[in-house]
Amino acid sequence: MQAEHLEICDFLRRHPPFSELPEERLNWVASQMEVAYFKAGTEVLRLGDEIDALHVIRSGSVEVFRRNGDLYNRLSEGGIFGELGLLRDRRVRFPVSTLEDTLIYLLPESAFNTLFEEHELFADFVEVEDRTRLRQAVSRREANELMTAPVSALISRAPVTLSVHSTAREAAIKMTEEGAASLLLVKEDESGAATAMAGIVTDQDIRDRLVTPGLDYDTPVSEIMTEAPISVAHNQLVFEAMLVMLRHNIHHLPVMGRGKAIGIIELPDIIRYESQNSLFVVSSIFRQPDQEGLAALVPDVRACFRRMVAEDANSRMIGSALAVIGRSFKQRLLELAEEFLGPPPVPYCFLALGSMARDEQSIVTDQDNALVLSDTFDPERHDDYFAKLAAFVCDGLNACGYPYCNGDIMATNRRWRQPLKVWEGYFSEWIERPSPEFLLNSSIFFDLNGVWGKTEWAEKLYHLIRTKAQRQPRFLACMARNALGRTPPLGFFRDFVMETDGRQSNSVNMKRRGTAPFVDLVRVHALAVGSSALNTFERLEDVIEADILPRGRGQDLRDALEFIALMRLRHQALDLDAGREPDNNIEPENLSEFERKHLKGAFQILSDAQKFLRYRYAPNRAL
Amino acid sequence: MFYLGPESPDEPDLARDEQVARDWPARYRTLAEQALDPRLRAFYLAGVASPETPLAAVPLVAMDFETTGFDLQRSGIVSIGLVPLNLDRIRLADARHWIVRPRARLTPESVVVHGITHSEVAQAPDLTRVLGELLAAIQGKVVVVHHRGIERPFLDVALRRRIGEGIEFPVIDTMELEARLHRAKPLGFWRRLLGQRPASIRLADSRIRYHLPHYSLHHALTDALATAELLQAQVAHRFSPETPVAELWK
Repeated sequence: MQAEHLEICDFLRRHPPFSELPEERLNWVASQMEVAYFKAGTEVLRLGDEIDALHVIRSGSVEVFRRNGDLYNRLSEGGIFGELGLLRDRRVRFPVSTLEDTLIYLLPESAFNTLFEEHELFADFVEVEDRTRLRQAVSRREANELMTAPVSALISRAPVTLSVHSTAREAAIKMTEEGAASLLLVKEDESGAATAMAGIVTDQDIRDRLVTPGLDYDTPVSEIMTEAPISVAHNQLVFEAMLVMLRHNIHHLPVMGRGKAIGIIELPDIIRYESQNSLFVVSSIFRQPDQEGLAALVPDVRACFRRMVAEDANSRMIGSALAVIGRSFKQRLLELAEEFLGPPPVPYCFLALGSMARDEQSIVTDQDNALVLSDTFDPERHDDYFAKLAAFVCDGLNACGYPYCNGDIMATNRRWRQPLKVWEGYFSEWIERPSPEFLLNSSIFFDLNGVWGKTEWAEKLYHLIRTKAQRQPRFLACMARNALGRTPPLGFFRDFVMETDGRQSNSVNMKRRGTAPFVDLVRVHALAVGSSALNTFERLEDVIEADILPRGRGQDLRDALEFIALMRLRHQALDLDAGREPDNNIEPENLSEFERKHLKGAFQILSDAQKFLRYRYAPNRAL
Repeated sequence: MFYLGPESPDEPDLARDEQVARDWPARYRTLAEQALDPRLRAFYLAGVASPETPLAAVPLVAMDFETTGFDLQRSGIVSIGLVPLNLDRIRLADARHWIVRPRARLTPESVVVHGITHSEVAQAPDLTRVLGELLAAIQGKVVVVHHRGIERPFLDVALRRRIGEGIEFPVIDTMELEARLHRAKPLGFWRRLLGQRPASIRLADSRIRYHLPHYSLHHALTDALATAELLQAQVAHRFSPETPVAELWK
């Protein structure tokens, strides 16, 4: 009779990748196992030896080493090793020794191969490299179609169009006939064929711009339309279209293909709860009459964030939506400030710096901002106004869940409230005569975005940065040096975070040890290739395009960053769910075995990328 | 194995296991000539390691019985677990497990321990039907047990009743290996006065000392595996692959 290996089945059932196997498979796996005991301090696998089984730790713990003797990993009950050797050339690639008395279950090669062939999840888990495993984990999460589908997938019909020379009445009749909530107005050539889009008119325009002001119904439609409306390209992603709608607070969006409008997507087309929800938050921000009203929206912002996480939005989507919300708070506060203080004496531009500029905001964030003033600014006469304006906005942001910046990088700091030419001087100085000490805490100045007023000045400054930085190896070396200041941990061991030197701690700060070094690293490459992007994922695309990374590494970086960023956001959402104040720390006991493996893989990719940065930009030159 | 009934002593006594260490290869040759049952003769003809053989070269098999009770004369075997091993690996692919119908009555107490029920036993074959397979699976190997007072004498008695002749073979007793450490000298007067008790040499407690995982015991196959792991641990800590088998077996 077939022997039943109860103990071994019980154990396998509790540990991935075996936990993914069907029940009837488990007893077969158990019946194939071999068992071996090793006392503490014994070599289990020697580099280069032949390997004939997947090793599964039943009890005890082991240390895995690199070829050069560096500690690579520490594994305990449920940990597996030897899969790399089995999948490659049947030679031990990472030597292993026991840390404690250890009992190991060994799955012989033939049984391992059977599982690898027949069970996809098993194969995924033991797949050749951590980076591959990570990519699959990331792509599985992105199964949500609205997040990855192109906008064109949402178009159900050609846009309803009418000549721009029609009257408002004709437009209304056409909309009623077609059952359309919006209408594109087109220019026509002599033959009557549509040539170009002139504008868009919506139900709301007819209400707000025609009926309410009491205009004649035969008013030319061109007088009530929105000229040259904002549009998206047909191949942009649905979530990008949502972001455009969010950012501009619009509900109808023409979709362009080959220079022509091929459809209109409307808010109801995107019945994603999170988008409705974040749109709702944005529009209520603009309706608040005062700072108290804005501060009262904090729970809504948090609820919106939790919903996006719960619905498997990706980190880019969440980061952008939160940045749009943050930007809206700033814009509304500035509107209110100008109402209160009167119109500004000289033009200005309010800057967002750091994560908001990069569209990568999380729910735990402080405010980083600055003011760029007109070159006609006269401190004697004007600074009193701008000091008050800055205080109004920064105090307001603090009340709305964006605490003051510890490093005092805020418009309230006189140093960061200066005319455009002073700012140009700052950046030229930083880039041409960089000092490592200054740049240490100032990398966020290189992520800047205008949110209010003369936003073109922000673009001008960024243009200056990217044209100068590219030609300054010493500046890039300084930035690289800073980017190497924070390193990821090695991995996890039991309920501890393990450092490269084997030290263990209770939690890992996913910003300081994860997303921040990633952002710093990608910024250096992006500045080096003259990328005009601010978002780290977009910068990475430019860097990949410029072909300065070893082949395939760009994609690895993208996956690893997505995984780390999402993990950070998800744990913040978990904190909120549990009624705790969210932070950036993750405790290993809250991670599944899968998450630990993927996180270790992602940290490894970051660590490798830091080594490459060191090699490419010679950061020691910065000394 | 089963020896934990309320009437049984905390640690069973070994006196009834009469077989003593000797020149086992020579003994097997003699027994092969005397054996009448062809299965038994084949078992002896397969031979056994000579006493000076290093442990690393000795094929081993862990064996465990569940029984209806503790009394050799009135109890019978209910299930048998076998797990072959050497010092490097324990091989579950070749493990065996049988439930057999004892001639003795299954007591409610024993059902509680090993979980094998009357109906399972009623459908099981008599030991005679699996004897050939059983002997073939352990022949040429040294048997490993935890407490040699059970498997060897129970099998011996069962065979006498069925085929009219008993069986002899050497065993390595992991409990006796523990006793060598923890029963070598009795606790001193003061330590007894302070309420200290000698370390337990039961299977589960012995495993803990070697940091082996907790297993739910009293299933013959699990217990055989647990015993096999314990022997590997004992050798790793206290002996060496070069130790002659005669230092361990009885």
